[in-house]
Amino acid sequence: MNFFLTIIVDGLIQASWLFIVALGLTLVFGVLKILNIAHGSLYALGAYVAATAVTMAAARSLPPGVGFVAMLISVALIASAVGLLLERGLLKMFYGRDEVVLLLVTYAVFLVLEDATKLIWGVNPIYATQPYELFGNLEFAGLYYVGYDLVLIPISAAIGFAIWFGLNRTITGKIVLAVIHNEEMSVSMGVRVNRVYAFAFATGALLAAIAGALTAPKISIQPGLSSDVIILSFAIVVIGGLGSVEGAAVGALLVGLARAASVHLMPQAELFVIYLVMAGVLVFRPEGLFKREMARRI
Amino acid sequence: MNKGMHPLLMIALVAAVTLCGRVLPTWTLSLATIAAANALISLGIVVLARTGNVSFGQGLFYAGGGYCVALIANAWGLTDAVAQVIIGAICGGLLGLVIGPLIARYSGIFFGMLTLALSMVFYGALVKSTALGGSDGFNVGRPTLFGMSFADPREADFMLYAVAVVTTGIAGIAATILFRSEFGLASLAVRENNLRVEYLGLSANRIISINFVIAAIFAGASGAFALMAQRHIDPQFAYWTTSGEFVFVAVLAGNQSVAAVFVASMALELVRSFSNLYLPNTWQLVLGLFLLAVILFLPRGIGSLWVRSKRGTAKPGVATEREALP
Repeated sequence: MNFFLTIIVDGLIQASWLFIVALGLTLVFGVLKILNIAHGSLYALGAYVAATAVTMAAARSLPPGVGFVAMLISVALIASAVGLLLERGLLKMFYGRDEVVLLLVTYAVFLVLEDATKLIWGVNPIYATQPYELFGNLEFAGLYYVGYDLVLIPISAAIGFAIWFGLNRTITGKIVLAVIHNEEMSVSMGVRVNRVYAFAFATGALLAAIAGALTAPKISIQPGLSSDVIILSFAIVVIGGLGSVEGAAVGALLVGLARAASVHLMPQAELFVIYLVMAGVLVFRPEGLFKREMARRI
Repeated sequence: MNKGMHPLLMIALVAAVTLCGRVLPTWTLSLATIAAANALISLGIVVLARTGNVSFGQGLFYAGGGYCVALIANAWGLTDAVAQVIIGAICGGLLGLVIGPLIARYSGIFFGMLTLALSMVFYGALVKSTALGGSDGFNVGRPTLFGMSFADPREADFMLYAVAVVTTGIAGIAATILFRSEFGLASLAVRENNLRVEYLGLSANRIISINFVIAAIFAGASGAFALMAQRHIDPQFAYWTTSGEFVFVAVLAGNQSVAAVFVASMALELVRSFSNLYLPNTWQLVLGLFLLAVILFLPRGIGSLWVRSKRGTAKPGVATEREALP
């Protein structure tokens, strides 16, 4: 029994940060219809900026709590700025092209950001472990967990709720939803779609980077991080249905639990399991779990 | 499509390019070999893309062909270059025959993601399999040709170059003939609207599957070339960034001309090796900027530099309207 509980708790911890990444990816896809390969790079960017912020705070012997807050604030600022810059400065030029071409544009951005992070932070792994001890260790069902890991779960749920609330219960959110459903109609109703695009992309970038920042204390930050994360989050949004917030949550849970289960039961299958889940879902629901079928032109 | 060119003229062109290898400096020779091999796999992507589906997992067949050839070479001492290419093509084709019909019913981004997922599963399996050298891979011997072995590295390079150019040339000619055939035109029709194709009594899934198998055959043969050129194989062959590069070449080329695929592939290799030489730490950055520049300034690919489009029907924008239904 305890064993299953371990798997569930580990799965939830995994799912919590995966959900934040996938949420950003699915939001960007919903609004801009772009599957953003560079999303993983934004995650890595968040992790790197977080590590720098934490190290700088620690060097000034500030308490870890201050470092944690400084990390989140600096990541939020930099990621939204980079997101806005990417959308307004680059992606804007490619709207209206084939979706595969847009996919390649983000692939190019991924390549550029990959080397840019290497140029700034070097190729050696860096660490930002100070905030990891922030919440001590907790005993839960006879097992010890690092408090930081468990705190990620409510943080992730709060972010998910904030996005859901923002989309469904605020005027701005309603406008974003309108653009997701029918862009042409929104334009004719006077919505400034360009602004919605910029806003949505910046939010997506912010979510990716925040997820990077939150996981930064848990991992060693090194090149290759972005490509691992993008592969995982692709699987999640495809499982959930591209562009769906609920889908991202369920997908993240499934992937998190599947990963945790395989780590405990069959470590060598860790990579397969995610794709097995994805393939299994797609066999029965070719458009993902939460995708509504839409009319098409014959 | 290059409507004017006669197949015989193309054969002459291939022969001329092969003979050119005699006068090219050595470093260009190995570069051109890789470029020809990459052009072959990217040509497969172009063939498949004519049905409106882009595979982001050609690395699966590339690695599948490569590993098959490497295992057979090490187990039975089969080192003949032509035989290796044929084995690679067969292995790729068999894999494509299994996978193609399964994923033919997906379209658009889901098709791309599924192919990517499958190739990553394969990558994961290769990394974990210690019998195949895990993430380090393993080495194979020097290839021979019809019983001749080449001790002089320059001769060996030329042999590989010649086989690669001739194979890719044959594939290019076959693709041109395919594009002009009834089947090739039906493939284009699937991209425009697969339901209408079904109404005409053709099976869209079947058309996609056949194109998929062709692409897989090209990818398997290309994997055999990459193996022979490097004399080493590792799971990186199946990694998604490898597949991404092939899609990159296909988009760079555009769907105007088969020859554009070769030019695009060569351009990529030149950019890669020059930036490796002068900017060793930032070649990905250069590659990314190059890709962005091409997409921005040559929206119809390199082929649009010399092929003027007569028909306005093949607009890529049409594809976006029908991503909604399975």
